[in-house]
Amino acid sequence: MTETFAHISNNALYSATFIYVLAMLAHVVEWSMARELPAPAVTARPALVSAGGVTRGVTALPPAGSAAARAPVDDDGAERSDRFGRIGLSLTVLGLLVHAVGVVARGIAAQRVPWGSMYEFAITGSLAVVVAYVILVRRYDIRWLGLLVTGFVSIVLGIAVIVLYRPVGPLVPALHSYWLLIHVSSAAIAGGAFAVGALASVLFLLRSRLEAKALANPDAPRTGFLWRTPPAEAIDRVAYRVHAFAFPLWTFAVMAGAIWAQYAWGKFWGWDPKEVWAFITWVVYAAYLHARATAGWRGRAAAYVALLGFATFLFNFVGINLFGTGLHSYSGM
Amino acid sequence: MPPRSDRPDDYAGPLDQLEPLEPPDTETERSGPPGDRPAGVPAKPAAPALRPVEFARWIWRQLTSMRTALVLLFLLAIASIPGSLIPQERIDPNAVLAFKANHPSLTPLFDRIGMFAVFNSVWFSAIYILLMLSLVGCIVPRARVYAKNARARPPNAPRNLSRFPAYDAWETAEPRAVAAARARDLLAGQRRRVEVYETADETVVSAEKGYLREAGNLLFHVAVLIVLIGFAVTGLYGFKGSAAVISGQGFSDTLTQYADFTPGGRYDTASLPPFQFTVDDFNVSWKRSGAGVGTPLTFNADLSVTSRPGAKPSNYDLQVNHPLNVDGVSVFLVGHGYAPVVTVRDGKGRVAFKGPVIFLPQDSSFTSFGVIKVPDASPTQLGFEGYFFPTAALNNAGQPYSAFPDADNPVLSLIAYKGDLGVDSGPPQSVYVLNKDHLTPFTMGNGKPEALLLREGKTIALPGGAGSIKFDGYKRWVKLQISHSPHKIVPLVGVLLAIAGLLGSLFIRPRRTWVRLRTVDGRTVVEAAALDRSSGGDPDAHIADVARRLRPAADVDGGEAGITADCATADSATETKEHS
Ligand code: HEM
Repeated sequence: MTETFAHISNNALYSATFIYVLAMLAHVVEWSMARELPAPAVTARPALVSAGGVTRGVTALPPAGSAAARAPVDDDGAERSDRFGRIGLSLTVLGLLVHAVGVVARGIAAQRVPWGSMYEFAITGSLAVVVAYVILVRRYDIRWLGLLVTGFVSIVLGIAVIVLYRPVGPLVPALHSYWLLIHVSSAAIAGGAFAVGALASVLFLLRSRLEAKALANPDAPRTGFLWRTPPAEAIDRVAYRVHAFAFPLWTFAVMAGAIWAQYAWGKFWGWDPKEVWAFITWVVYAAYLHARATAGWRGRAAAYVALLGFATFLFNFVGINLFGTGLHSYSGM
Repeated sequence: MPPRSDRPDDYAGPLDQLEPLEPPDTETERSGPPGDRPAGVPAKPAAPALRPVEFARWIWRQLTSMRTALVLLFLLAIASIPGSLIPQERIDPNAVLAFKANHPSLTPLFDRIGMFAVFNSVWFSAIYILLMLSLVGCIVPRARVYAKNARARPPNAPRNLSRFPAYDAWETAEPRAVAAARARDLLAGQRRRVEVYETADETVVSAEKGYLREAGNLLFHVAVLIVLIGFAVTGLYGFKGSAAVISGQGFSDTLTQYADFTPGGRYDTASLPPFQFTVDDFNVSWKRSGAGVGTPLTFNADLSVTSRPGAKPSNYDLQVNHPLNVDGVSVFLVGHGYAPVVTVRDGKGRVAFKGPVIFLPQDSSFTSFGVIKVPDASPTQLGFEGYFFPTAALNNAGQPYSAFPDADNPVLSLIAYKGDLGVDSGPPQSVYVLNKDHLTPFTMGNGKPEALLLREGKTIALPGGAGSIKFDGYKRWVKLQISHSPHKIVPLVGVLLAIAGLLGSLFIRPRRTWVRLRTVDGRTVVEAAALDRSSGGDPDAHIADVARRLRPAADVDGGEAGITADCATADSATETKEHS
């Protein structure tokens, strides 16, 4: 029985990786087909002033100035590009289902939550990323993030199945606790959302650079996929909302870890390397939220802080698991 | 109208007509002396020479500014990094010793700047104390402002609504009073606080929601303080200690039984509760085949606990996630290892030492390092240092190593020394370190020191009739963490408050909405604008929704139905999400 499910899990995760790569390719085609496409007509009323209550520090863009910048509309091209976008999303959803089967089967094979090794953290964490993305596509229509998300998840899941793979093993006694469920599930969901937030911040940076260039040079043609994404301001808003969801959850995960540590080892906080980096991540994201409310830091600077936050999160997962010592080192390979 | 502020930097444009969105103390008042103004903000005339009071006030404002808070947060993050990369005394003293041995040139510097105890260092404390000061300096004035504003009515509209990004305007035949009443009902129906400002020229319906956001934000920041105070209190009135107890032996809660003991500043060591227990047995099992070979599956210690002298002992099954609580003290099982049992005879044939000796595990296969000191041996004292291999095997180079954590083939490999152990004089020694200053190793046939390899039951004689050592067997020992953390409820409550406050702070989005109605040439001109006081909201969608609902149906296609139909568009779905 263990064997069967382990087998199912492995096959499902290989397939999911493959499907995500296909989804990514579909999005690549979506982008490349949009290379010659002009920016869609501005539907929103042009903003009169740059400073808005929402995204102060993010500059709204006036419509293209010249005929050259307003390239002829190409509805067919737009439709073709869009079709590949939709294919990419469908494949992502399919990948998600197969991926979920892989994670659940792994849990059944091990007869416990699949959170006992780095391999298992990676497959669960990447699942959380895709779940977060698909929910947000439904909610805020963020399909424009498809290329970055599928690219990221293909890489993570690919590394997991190829490099990190470990056969089903037992949980070390330290993990025999329902706190594992509370602590790791909240951390994984927060991590998934941080990842989506980071990718949205990347796109925000790209898009806002584009807008800044267009502002400096209103006559340059505005073509390419990036011009088909929402305005930087709207991307920034999505990024903020995702982070605003992830941060309290991460706070909860860290605090739950502290309570577990008190319960299992008799101290809330021991500053072992994993705890240090969880703390650093928390502080950097708190700085991100602050940055958004601090003059001179809104917009691009804040987005860089968000990326820094995600970098510290990844380092905790990769760097500390591989090289770390301390009480958490069982979470390694 | 509310007071108009002269916010220097971030409220250019229409917003300069508003009161500050955050209370003045956080940012506005930074218009003190020099200050780090962003480009484009006209500097005030050079400040007159500062008098001490002013200077102190200026320093205080700097400290409590948002920008300083941000910088301090970054500093805190950066300052923590060495604590994760360089071994720390508190976590792994052995790793610190190894690091010092490997980096002799760095050690003096690192020692001086506290790199081996980062989280107790002066500079780390300085950063977080400054941050806490900044936090208090930030919370107090904001709380005061909030207390004043919490019951305030929504303010009148700024003069020029069209300068807001979220803005719409239309004309209607509806009389001003009727349109205004509808606007009021609409906004009030969305659970906004509404105030109507009526003058001869215009009617302004002003609405605001999200007052609790600031409360949530303040609660969060206060709760951060509570958590830290809570940690400090549990530490101050409690103690932490650890002990290593060999299976079959006992522990009683007195200072001498602890390997280390750190009382909090307010803990009275005389009040150690008088419990005791015996480790009757320690069981451990490892996975023996398949994936994850060598992973521990379970370990538990059977204790008989006597809560006070004379009480009847009770049994307790101590496990990692199952600590013992007795008399307010908690006992945690945090580790285990092997204690080889040896018999050492001296040159005169007397038994100079017999018993188990705790060896410290070095790796996941429980290769364990330890020393045996025999001060009672004569004519000279004897010492041994070396390794215990629970499942000994030879590697390609012929060196022994441990292939499995369980004791399948226990072998002891020791180098023997004679001379002066240095235990009779001088500073107290660690039981895990052999001071070799006055010891010389026994040499074997080739004139070099060589490890004695002992299987269970085997005896090896030392050269020159200096005595012998016999490996009788082994026992297991457990590492226990024993601590008393009173008032744990304080940080726990702090954590819950922090998360509640954070949710309020991040998910409540304060927003002001204005609808201004004027009569021009017998028609009513309506303008609507909204301003968010936090990020993450979408005021454009809100104004679009307001406009859709307020434009009288008659203007669109006649009849209520028009409005309803209009509202069912995709856009209004967005707006619904906005409020959810
Ligand atoms: C221990 C240090 C601190 C931590 C962990 C922290 C954390 C946070 C977090 C997570 C938020 C986000 C909540 C939100 O956006 O509404 C926030 C907001 C805020 N913090 Fe702090 N903070 C700290 C210190 C300070 C200090 C010293 C100040 C005063 C200068 C301050 C002023 C503010 C303000 C004004 C906001 C609201 C920002 C906004 O309007 O979005 N914080 N803080």
